[in-house]
Amino acid sequence: MGVIIAKSVNEACAVLAENPATTVLAGGTDLMVQANRGAHSLESVLDLSRIPELKNWSLEGSEMVLGAGISYTDLADPQIAALVPALTQAARTVGSPQIRNAGTLGGNLATASPAGDTIPVLVAMDAVLQLKSSTENREIAITEFITGVKTNALKPGEIIQSIKMPVFQGPQEFLKVGTRNAMVISVVSLALVTDFLGRKLRVGVGSVSPVPFRATAAEEFIAQEFDWETNSALSEKVINKFSELVADSTKPIDDHRGTADYRKHAVGVLAKRALERVCAGEKS
Amino acid sequence: MSRVQTSDTAIKGPRIGESALRPDGIPKVKGEFVFSNDLRHPDMLWGGTLRSPHPAARIVSINVTSALKMTGVRAVITSEDLDDMPLYGLEHPDQPVLADGLVRYQGEPVAIVAADHPENVRLALEAIDVEYELIEPLSDPNLAKEAEAIHPDGNLFREIDLTHGNSQEEGEIIVEGTYEVGMQDQAPLGTESGMAIPSEDGGIDLFVSTQWLHADRDQVAACLNLPTEKVRLTLAGVGGAFGAREDISLHIHLCLLAIKTGKPIKMSYSRTESFHGHVHRHPAQMWYRHHAKSDGTLTRIEARLLLDGGAYASTSSAVLANATCFAAGPYRVPSVEIYGAVVRTNNPPCGAMRGFGCVQVCFAHEAQMDKLAIELGMDPVELRLKNALKPGDQIITGQTITGTAPVAEVIETCAQHPISVGSATQQMELPGGAGRTADPKNVVRGEAIAVGFKNLMFSEGFDDFSTASCQLLDGVATITCACAEVGQGFVTLAQQIVREILGVEEVILAPASTATVGSAGSTSASRQTWMSGGAVKSACEEVRIRLLSRIAESYNLDVESLVIVDGGIASLSSDFSISLKEATAEPIEVEDTYRHLPTHPLDEKGQGDAHVSFAFSAHRAVVDVDQELGLVKVVELITSQDVGRVLNPLQLQGQLEGGAAQGLGLAVLEEINVVDGRILNPSFTDYLLPTSLDMPPVEIAALIEQPEPNAPFGAKGVGEPPAISSTAAVASAVRNATGLDLQRVPIRPTDIVFPERSKNG
Ligand SMILES: Cc1cc2nc3c(=O)[nH]c(=O)nc-3n(C[C@H](O)[C@H](O)[C@H](O)COP(=O)(O)OP(=O)(O)OC[C@H]3O[C@@H](n4cnc5c(N)ncnc54)[C@H](O)[C@@H]3O)c2cc1C
Repeated sequence: MGVIIAKSVNEACAVLAENPATTVLAGGTDLMVQANRGAHSLESVLDLSRIPELKNWSLEGSEMVLGAGISYTDLADPQIAALVPALTQAARTVGSPQIRNAGTLGGNLATASPAGDTIPVLVAMDAVLQLKSSTENREIAITEFITGVKTNALKPGEIIQSIKMPVFQGPQEFLKVGTRNAMVISVVSLALVTDFLGRKLRVGVGSVSPVPFRATAAEEFIAQEFDWETNSALSEKVINKFSELVADSTKPIDDHRGTADYRKHAVGVLAKRALERVCAGEKS
Repeated sequence: MSRVQTSDTAIKGPRIGESALRPDGIPKVKGEFVFSNDLRHPDMLWGGTLRSPHPAARIVSINVTSALKMTGVRAVITSEDLDDMPLYGLEHPDQPVLADGLVRYQGEPVAIVAADHPENVRLALEAIDVEYELIEPLSDPNLAKEAEAIHPDGNLFREIDLTHGNSQEEGEIIVEGTYEVGMQDQAPLGTESGMAIPSEDGGIDLFVSTQWLHADRDQVAACLNLPTEKVRLTLAGVGGAFGAREDISLHIHLCLLAIKTGKPIKMSYSRTESFHGHVHRHPAQMWYRHHAKSDGTLTRIEARLLLDGGAYASTSSAVLANATCFAAGPYRVPSVEIYGAVVRTNNPPCGAMRGFGCVQVCFAHEAQMDKLAIELGMDPVELRLKNALKPGDQIITGQTITGTAPVAEVIETCAQHPISVGSATQQMELPGGAGRTADPKNVVRGEAIAVGFKNLMFSEGFDDFSTASCQLLDGVATITCACAEVGQGFVTLAQQIVREILGVEEVILAPASTATVGSAGSTSASRQTWMSGGAVKSACEEVRIRLLSRIAESYNLDVESLVIVDGGIASLSSDFSISLKEATAEPIEVEDTYRHLPTHPLDEKGQGDAHVSFAFSAHRAVVDVDQELGLVKVVELITSQDVGRVLNPLQLQGQLEGGAAQGLGLAVLEEINVVDGRILNPSFTDYLLPTSLDMPPVEIAALIEQPEPNAPFGAKGVGEPPAISSTAAVASAVRNATGLDLQRVPIRPTDIVFPERSKNG
C-alpha cells in the first residue's frame, strides 16, 4: 500500500489520472471506519488533507464558494456563520470535536449518506459542486451529484474541488434529531433557509429518504402564507399545515435508529419549530 | 487494633481515609499505560477468531484447506482438531471452546487462526469455508421452557420459587405492572486482548486482562488438559471490566494457538467482535403486584421474573438468585411470593454486569413504589421511608439484617438535598442537545427518587476467600495478591492499608499472577476492598505482631511498650528506638487467607441466610423532556450511599460518578438490539454510551458512614450500588415529567411519542 500526499489540486488530479483506482482520503473519518471494518481495502491512497487550495473559501457578489477540504471546525468561522448560518449549525451537530477537526465538507458529500448532516442544508440552498479531473472541470447540482444511498456521480479520476452556493437574505435553521444529545447519527434532520429577496422558504430534509431532498409542496404553500413584509408570527393553522406538508413529502424507513412513523412525525415537529424560529427572528 | 498516630512524620503517602491518586492515572491520561492490547513480543504471531454469522445452525462442514495455504498462516484450529471437545463456564462448564457441530448464538467461535500479520489473519478467516444448515433460532425467552432443548443441559438454567410469610395476606390497595429491561453492554473501553507464550516446561504463560485470574486458570488448564501449575496467568493492563471480563473469552484460543505453533500469540478483539465476544446484562421481563394498607404499609408483593440467559450458562443462576432475593427492594414486606426463572435461548449469552440482577428488579420495584404512592395519594419519599428496612429486619429470604442498614438515612439525605440546576440557558443544554431541536417552551421537567440495594461478596454458601502476602524487608513492604485491578482501586488501597498498619512509606505491589500466590477471588460483587483488602490487612497485622515480638525479644523489651512511629520502632517505656529499615534487614513475610462469614444456600422456598452484607443507595434525578420528540436530557443526579466507611474519598467519588453514568445509560440510551438472535448494533455508532452532554454532574448528598461489623475497617463495597438506583431514578423522573407509564428501559423516543403503541408491545 502506498500513500501519496498531494500538495496541489493539479498534482492530485494527475495522480488520479495515472491510477484511477487510488482511494481519495480527506479527514478519514468515514474512510477509516470502512477500512477498519474490512469493507474497503486500501491499495493506494491519495491524501488531500494538505492541499491549501481545498481549504479556501470566497465570497463573490452573492455567491459563496467553499473548498472541499474545509472542516466542520472551519465552518464555525463567524464570517461563514454570518453568511450560511444553517451550514455552521449543521457542522456543529456533527460528531465530536475530534471528528469536527478532521472531517470535511467534501468527505460528507462524497460519502453521500442519507444522514450526512451538511446535505439537507446544501440541498435547500441549491448548492452546486465543482468537480475536477486532469482533463475536465465540471459543475453538478447537489441533487444530481448524490445518486442514491451512499452513491455519487463522481467519475474515475475526479475529485470534488469546491461547493458553490448563493448567499440568501434571511434567517436560517438546522435541526437534527438523534437519540443521544451529541455525537449521534441523525434520525431526521431539517434545514430551513429563508430567502427574502426571492420570497421563498427553502426546506431540505435528511434521513427520511435515500437522498436528501427539498419539500417543494410545503415550500410553495408557505411562500404564499409567509408575511414577507413584517416576518410576523404565523397562525397555528398555517404552521401545522406546513409541518404536515413537510412530513407528507417524506418516505422514511424503519431501522434500528428509528421507526418510519417516528421519523415522519419528528420531521413535522422540526418543520414547525424551524418555522416558528424564523418568524420570531429579526429580518436581516 | 493499635493504629499509627496521625502525626507520623515518615508517612507522606495517603493512608486509610485519605484521597489516594491512582498510580496509573497520569500514565493512562498520557497514553503511557500498557494495556493488554499493547503487549508485544518480537517473535509473536497474531490470532483471530471465525465466528458464526447465524444464531442457530448445524455445521455441515468446515474446509480450511485454502486458508492453511495462505501467506503467513501458521495454524488453523477447528473443533475437529480438539479431541473430546473441552467445555468451559464460570459456574459450570457448558460452552465448547470451539463450536462442536452446532452453533447456538451469533458470534459463537467456530475456528481460530494464527498468522504473521493481522491482515493475513483476516484474509485466512475469510478463506475458511463453513457450510451451515440453518435452524430456526429460539429467540423468545417466554417459549424457552417448553421448546425443544437447544443444549444437552436443557433450556432452563434455574428457577426459584420464593415464598415468605403468610400467603393469605391481602392489601387494601393493590397496584400491578409489567416491566422490561433491555440488554445492556458493559462496553469497557479496552476490548478483549492478551498474549499466550508457550514455555519450555510444556506449559503456558498467559497475559490477559481479566477479573479473576485463578478462575480463568482453572478453566484454561482443564480445557488444555494441563495441570494447573503449568498454566500461569498474569494480569495485563485492564481497560475496564464491569463484569464483561468475568468469563473466558479469548483465553483458551490464545493458548491453543500458542501450543500448536510454539510461538507467542497475540489477540485483540475489534469493538464489533467484543460485542459478540463477551456476555451482557440479562434482559428481563417482570410482572409485579404490590399490596399495601391504606396508610402505605406494604403487606405483600407478588412477582414473576424472567431473565434471558442466552445460549450458555455463564453466571445466570447467581444473577437470578440476586434478582429474586432483591426483587422487593430495600423494604419490609411480611408476605412475598416470587417466581424467578432464567432460561437458555439462541440470543447472545448473558452474565455478570455491575449490579448483577439487582439493576433490573430495582427499575421494577421502584416503578411499583411510585405507582403505589400515586394510588395512595402519598408522597413517594414518605412511602419509601415508611417501609424502609432497618437493622434487625428480615429481608424476603427470611435473613435478618445483622449489619448496618441506613436505608432511611440514604433516602432522607438524598431527598432533602437542594437541587442546584436552574433552567437551561443555552439550546445545547436542552433535550436534543447539539441537534438544536428544542426551545425552552417545548420542555417539561420531572424529578424522582429511587432506592436500591444489593449483596456484597459471593452468596449462597460459596467458599469466598482472598489470599495476600506481605513481606517487609529493609523497611520496604511488598504486597503480593492476585486481585485484578480493573479500576476499582486496589492498587491504592493496598498501599493505604500497609501505611496504616505498618507505618511503612514505601509499598511495592507485585504483579498479580497465579504463579506467585493463591486466588484473590473475583473483582466483582463489590467484594475486593472487603476481601483482598481484608487479606492484606490481616497479613500486615501478622507481620506487625511478628516484627514487634522479634524486636522485643532481641532487645529484651516489653512488646506492649513498642510502637511503630516515624519510620521506626520505639519503646514507650524507654528511649529505645530502631529504624524500620534496620529492624527488617532480616525479612518478615506472612501470607494470609481471608474469608467472610459463611453464607448458606437458599432452601426450596427461597429462604435462607444466603448473603453476607448489604449496601444501600438512593438517587434523585432531575430530567428535562421534549415530549413531542421523545428526547430526554438528565440535568442533575443526586445520590446518597451507604458506604460503611470512606477509605479513599477520591476513588469513591469516581465510583459514584461512573456507576451513575452507567445507570443513566441504561435508562435512556444503552441497548443491544437483538432481533431473531442477531445483534443489530454491535458498534459504538449505534450502541450509544452517554457523552458529556448526556451526563450531568453527580451531587453527592451524603456518604453514610456507619461502620459495618466484621468488615475490614468497617468499609462496605461501593462499586455496584451507583449503577442500581440510578437507572430507576432517571426512568421515574421521566415518568414524572411526562405523566406516562414507561414500563421499559431504555426509554426510547417512540415510547414517549407513541405511548399507546409501546404499551401494547
Ligand atoms: C465518530 C464519528 C461521528 C460522526 N458523526 C457524524 C455526524 O454527526 N454527521 C455526519 O454527517 N457525519 C458524521 N460522521 C461521518 C464523517 O465524519 C463525515 O461524513 C465527514 O464529513 C467525512 O469527511 P472526511 O473528510 O473525514 O472524509 P473521508 O473519510 O476522508 O472520505 C470519505 C469519502 O469521501 C471521499 N472523498 C473525500 N474527500 C473527497 C474529495 N474532495 N473529492 C472526492 N472524494 C472525496 C473519500 O474517497 C471517501 O470515499 C461521523 C464519523 C465518525 C467516525
